[in-house]
Amino acid sequence: MIRTTVLTAARRVLLVLGMPAVLFAVWWFATADSTDFYVPPLATILQKFGEVWTVERLLSDVVPSLIRLVAGYLLAVVVGVGLGLVVGMSRVVRDVLEPVLELFRAIPPPVLVPVIMLFAGIGDTMKVIVIVSGCMWPILLNTVEGVRAGDEVLSDTCRSYGITGVARLRHLVLRSASPQIVTGMRQALSIAIILMVISEMFAAINGLGFTIVQFQRSFAIPEMWSGVLLLGLLGFALSLLFRFAENRVLAWYHGLRRAQRNP
Amino acid sequence: MSESGSTSVLTKTLAGAGTDTGPGGPGGGRVRRSLDGAVTPLRGLAGLAGLVVLLEVLPHTPLVSADYLPPASEMAEALWHLLAEAAFWTALGDTLTGWGLGLAIAVVTGVVAGIVIGSVPVLRAVTSSTIEFLRPIPSVALIPVAVLLYGTDLRSKLLLVVYASFWQVLVQVLAGMQDVDPVADDTARSYQLGVRGRVRYVMWPTALPYVMTGLRLAATVALVLTITAELVIGAPGLGNQVAVAQTSGAVPRVYALVLVTGLLGVAINLVARAVERRVLHWHQSIRREG
Repeated sequence: MIRTTVLTAARRVLLVLGMPAVLFAVWWFATADSTDFYVPPLATILQKFGEVWTVERLLSDVVPSLIRLVAGYLLAVVVGVGLGLVVGMSRVVRDVLEPVLELFRAIPPPVLVPVIMLFAGIGDTMKVIVIVSGCMWPILLNTVEGVRAGDEVLSDTCRSYGITGVARLRHLVLRSASPQIVTGMRQALSIAIILMVISEMFAAINGLGFTIVQFQRSFAIPEMWSGVLLLGLLGFALSLLFRFAENRVLAWYHGLRRAQRNP
Repeated sequence: MSESGSTSVLTKTLAGAGTDTGPGGPGGGRVRRSLDGAVTPLRGLAGLAGLVVLLEVLPHTPLVSADYLPPASEMAEALWHLLAEAAFWTALGDTLTGWGLGLAIAVVTGVVAGIVIGSVPVLRAVTSSTIEFLRPIPSVALIPVAVLLYGTDLRSKLLLVVYASFWQVLVQVLAGMQDVDPVADDTARSYQLGVRGRVRYVMWPTALPYVMTGLRLAATVALVLTITAELVIGAPGLGNQVAVAQTSGAVPRVYALVLVTGLLGVAINLVARAVERRVLHWHQSIRREG
């Protein structure tokens, strides 16, 4: 009994870590005696990683980036969900605004960086606005869609029980739209990371994107690779965090889906 | 759970996986819908007209300086000049080339990899952690690498575009392969269908709606990354034109170019949706809407 549990656990660990370990080993040995200036040995990159990303560096470059990211993202969620509710609940507003919103959504967010620089200069405000202006569209449009696709029976039930105003908004509209809102928020998160990096590559005095480009321009190649690695780890960590939060918030929905799938 | 119940779950899944194709649309009989059909476009036109008026009026008020936000008429003029330039059309061509090539590579590799990984359970189990790790890595992290390896070449654009859109396709195809009805698969096995037959007649039709969702998402992401590469790396194309216009202080031109990229995005969305509707005309989610 215990032996089988141990075996299953070992198998799972092997499945999860097996391929990453193999890939890592391939990278390690393939570049071990690399003399290519642009592709330094992984050992050198990892050694530089420890040297470059000290606590001071993290505080001066990574933390400002993250603060801008979080500020822009949260603001986009508030604006996107708020506007989405307004647009989604009124048929007339939706009809009038839909083409305009489709146009704004279709503009690739990075081209807004030069435009927003005109208004907001090159400071933190510009970067936060860039992130908000790129992230809010998927959230907004998914909120509209989620509100629109609400269950009619539930809506009628609420009406017969006299549930109106804030209570209706909170318990019916937001609840039933939340799976869609979360889908929008997930798309927005990856856009937010892209915009965080790009806005810093354009004009900045600190930040992760800025530092990596500095390394690249001064041909500090192993340092640059270490920055690329850090950025990758950051993206991975944020997506884990998002999935954790989603599983908590949408536990009821995933349970419902499972119940519907396996009667 | 009845047949119709599981159908609605499937459509929900598709809608959830995509951006915004809602499941059908609640209420409204056929008669009401056709009446709305006449009013809705008019309201939409009114919205667009309102935007143009707002853009024309705002710069004349003290709220916004005309230096930053030129009136709509000036933007239109800049757009008109743009359309007469050969350089603009070359840039548009460069952007479309990067987008199309990158998307094509990503879709073909994504679909092939998805079918191979999805149809072999061992492969799926072994690769899943790696996919989950590589997927969220932001493709802009590759910008410095692309610059060093390829400079402003088309290849550096392709590196970013393919990396970003490949995962969109792969993840959707894998989800589609997981959705294969075990009874249908077992039936195909009992009828002695080989691997090729099962992929062709069982897995592919099940995965196709997901492939289409992946294609639609990837088409949008590919455009964003193409423009990013041009803007940040300086590869030739519309993004580069924006950067040039900005540094030379041609503000109306910047707005005109932004508008062009937006219209390009809208066009790509419309085409992707039309392709989806055509390819999936037999699928419940599309038939229900018609």
